[in-house]
Amino acid sequence: MQASITNNATRYGWAAIVLHWLIGIIFIGQFALGFVMVRLTSQRTAFELIQLHKSFGFLLLGLIILRIAWRLGNAAPALPASVGGLERRTAPLAHLALYAFQLALPLSGWALVSVSMLEIPSMPFNLFVMPNLPLVESDAAESFWAAAHWYLAYAGIALVALHALAALRHHFWLRDSVLTRMITPSSDGDVE
Amino acid sequence: MYARIFGLAAVAACLAMPVLAAVDLNDAAGSYTVNPASSSIRFSIGKVGGGGLDGAFGRFKGSIRIDNSDVGRSQVNFTIYPESVGTGQGRIDAFLRSDAVFDAANSPEIQFRSTSVTRTSDTTALVSGRLTARGKTFAEKFTAELGGLKGGTIKFHVTGKVLRSRYGMDVGTPIYSNIVDFDMTLTGKKG
Repeated sequence: MQASITNNATRYGWAAIVLHWLIGIIFIGQFALGFVMVRLTSQRTAFELIQLHKSFGFLLLGLIILRIAWRLGNAAPALPASVGGLERRTAPLAHLALYAFQLALPLSGWALVSVSMLEIPSMPFNLFVMPNLPLVESDAAESFWAAAHWYLAYAGIALVALHALAALRHHFWLRDSVLTRMITPSSDGDVE
Repeated sequence: MYARIFGLAAVAACLAMPVLAAVDLNDAAGSYTVNPASSSIRFSIGKVGGGGLDGAFGRFKGSIRIDNSDVGRSQVNFTIYPESVGTGQGRIDAFLRSDAVFDAANSPEIQFRSTSVTRTSDTTALVSGRLTARGKTFAEKFTAELGGLKGGTIKFHVTGKVLRSRYGMDVGTPIYSNIVDFDMTLTGKKG
C-alpha cells in the first residue's frame, strides 16, 4: 500500500495532513512567540523575535494560500456516518472560521508592519525583501492594526483550542476515525 | 613683459578660485573649541529596499588643535552623548538608547581621540583615531574638509563610515546596514 498524496472519499492524503500539522504547529508557535516578544525587557531580543515572528507569519501566509488552493482542488473526505446532525452542520462552519483566521492573522500582521511609523522593512528569514501592503502609514492605522492583530490572535487560538478539544472528543469519547485520519494518510489500498 | 602677463594671469586665477578654497589649513593654526549650537553630527544607516534611518546627536563636545608648523601633528578630541540621539521617532530613539544599541545608561559617552592627521590637499585632511563606544575601541578614519575660517571661527565638514558591528551594535543587520554614514558640520571657536 502506497500513501496517497490526494484525499479520497473517507481519508485525507498526506499533502493535506502535512499542511494541517505544519500550519497548526507554526500557528501555535506564532501565538507563543507573539505573546513573549512584546513582554521582554531586552529590546534587542524583542527586535529579533519580532523579525522572526514576521518571517514565520509570511511563511504561514504562503502555506495557507497553498492549503486553500489544495482544499479547493481536492474535496475533503466525508465525516464518518456516526457524526450527528448538529455537528455535521456546525463542523464545516468551524472549519471555515479556522481558514478565515489563518488568512486574516498573517494579513493583519502584514498590514500592521505596512502602516507602522517605524518603517522597519520585512525580510523573511533574511532571504528577500517583502514589500509592504499599499496602505497609508499613520499612528492611528498602526494602533488599529495592532489591536486587530491582537484580537484575531486570541480569538484564533481559542478556535484552535476548540478544534483540538473536538478532535480529542472524537478520539477518546466517540472513538471514531476523525482524529486518526488526520494522522495516517489515505493509501491506494483504501476501500472507498 | 612676459613676467607681467604671467603675474596678471596669476592674480586673475586667484580671483577666480572659490572663496572656500582660498582658506588654507596653514592659516588655521590654533586651538578651537567646538560650538555645539552651530555644529551638527548627523548619521544615516541604509536599509534593504531603499531609504534609511537618519538621525543626529544633540549633545557633544570637542576640541580641535591645528599645529602651526605641521598640520600632521594636529589633534582632534570628541565626546558624543548617545542619550541625546534623535531620529524624529520617539520609539526608535528609545530603542537606540537602550541596551539594544548604545546602552546609554551604562556607556554614556562615545569618544574619539585622533592619533594622526594626514593632509590630503590645501583644505582637506584624513583624521585617523581611536573610537570608543560601549567599552570597545577601534581605529577609525574621518575625512575633514575646511569649510571656512573667519575671525577665529573655523568650520569643518567631516564625513566617515563606521561599522557598528564592531561596537556590539549590530542589531537589525542585514535589514539595516552595518555601515553608519557620518556627516558632521563642526564649528569651532578659537581659544
